[in-house]
Amino acid sequence: MKNSILLLLIPIIGIQTGLYAQSRSVNPDINLEKYKEVNDFVDENEACFKCHAESKYVLIDEFFDREIVESMCPDNIVDRDDYYSMVHKSFACLDCHAYEYEQFPHPMEARLEQPFQCIDCHGYDENYAHFRFEDIESEYMESVHEEANENFNCWKCHDPHAYNLSIRDDGTTMKEAIAYNNDICLSCHSDFSRFELLTDRDEINILDTHDWLPNQKAHFGSVRCIECHTSISDSTLVAHHVQPSDLAVKKCSECHSKNSILMASLYKHEAKESRRRYGFINGVILNEAYVIGANRNAVLSALGIVLFLITLAGISIHIIARIIYKK
Amino acid sequence: MTKLSYHYPLSIRIWHGINAVCILFLIATGISMYYVEPDRNLIEFSSAIKIHNITGIILSISYLFFFIANIKTGNRKYYKMPLKGIGKRLYKQSMYYVTGMFKGEKKPYPLTEERKFNPLQKLFYVLIMYIGVPLVIISGFGLLFPESVIKAFFGVSGILITSILHTAMGFFISLFLVIHIYVSTIGHTRTANFKSILNGYGWIEDPAKTK
Repeated sequence: MKNSILLLLIPIIGIQTGLYAQSRSVNPDINLEKYKEVNDFVDENEACFKCHAESKYVLIDEFFDREIVESMCPDNIVDRDDYYSMVHKSFACLDCHAYEYEQFPHPMEARLEQPFQCIDCHGYDENYAHFRFEDIESEYMESVHEEANENFNCWKCHDPHAYNLSIRDDGTTMKEAIAYNNDICLSCHSDFSRFELLTDRDEINILDTHDWLPNQKAHFGSVRCIECHTSISDSTLVAHHVQPSDLAVKKCSECHSKNSILMASLYKHEAKESRRRYGFINGVILNEAYVIGANRNAVLSALGIVLFLITLAGISIHIIARIIYKK
Repeated sequence: MTKLSYHYPLSIRIWHGINAVCILFLIATGISMYYVEPDRNLIEFSSAIKIHNITGIILSISYLFFFIANIKTGNRKYYKMPLKGIGKRLYKQSMYYVTGMFKGEKKPYPLTEERKFNPLQKLFYVLIMYIGVPLVIISGFGLLFPESVIKAFFGVSGILITSILHTAMGFFISLFLVIHIYVSTIGHTRTANFKSILNGYGWIEDPAKTK
């Protein structure tokens, strides 16, 4: 009896210690050549991607000579195409992750590692000074996300395996960049299964909470959530001080005016070029949208006032003549 | 000689009144939205939008009534403007306003049962009612439903063209309103035309007594 129990325990202990277990991809015939144009570590990275790029992986039980197909946790899946086209596309997985991950099953020490945050690599580095990561860090530390959950970090919003600089990328239209940015927020704020992992708050229906907003569809497609939900600062290109909902911008004229806050947020990177283009106030907005009150044409406005004054002058002269001639 | 005649039927007066109220609201809210500032607006922005949208829709329905009624009834005859000799007629009427009326000359085109408008009035009414108002309505609906507007026209944003058209037409209608109100004071008396559009009775040429 004791021998039988020992015999059963051997494979369990073996798997736990990695003595008998290996893994392999369910999809081994991937063409990796295209990725080698942007990354020198594609073959090394495959040690991770063979399982983490798929929704399933094969666990090999060498002791009993069998294979088990396991599901990969969705949070641990990294798409190869996304990875090799994002800002960190030239990286090896082990540039950021502990070397212990080379072992399989992954040891507990590796799983307990503290992931790098943006500031760890980009902070106080003159190569990235224009992004002002230090200011971003300060803003984030005051945001509702930091207050709501101490486990919240950069990666909850910015997927480190798929992040791109959407708005400043020349190949991206403003509409696409806005959708990309808003998807980051909506991935939690419109998906309660993800939202509840980070907070104890009740489910929020974004459409209901924004029912006061006229032309909801046009607004959602033309501005980012952060335009209204962050405190805009002069220092950072993208504001990270996400504020409580009761402090969100609700006054239409904050955007719909000559001094539109959109010029200090969404169009900030272009605003430096010119506040006026083709005679339009805040003309850079006109490439993608028309914002009532923010995009009046200075030339047409002046012409209108002149025409109006000429009309009034004509009427005034006529009135004077009528008084003189008693007509 | 002139006489008082029932010149403006009730339906025309109601239509005119609705138009007048709507246009006044549209101009006030339109200017308020155009020159909006975070700390300064004539009418609060979201209220201005609501009022502008509602009065715009009412004006559109009113215009539809005008357009159909002018096809179906004899009212369209007052807007007919033969092109032959139009320049001469416009010049004569303009000169009357500029100098003739001060010299005590007779009106070149006095109002009669068959002629509600003088040539200048006809020209401006036709321009406003058949070009200005339709364009401001169409562009207004474009801005109300921006997804219906073409994205770009020869590389220029469709919504931008629509908004410029809307603002420009709105401006011309405002200008017309100022001139229209002022010219209305040039009647039998300074207030006669305003009374006419309220009670329907206007001073027109009496052919019998004129002869």
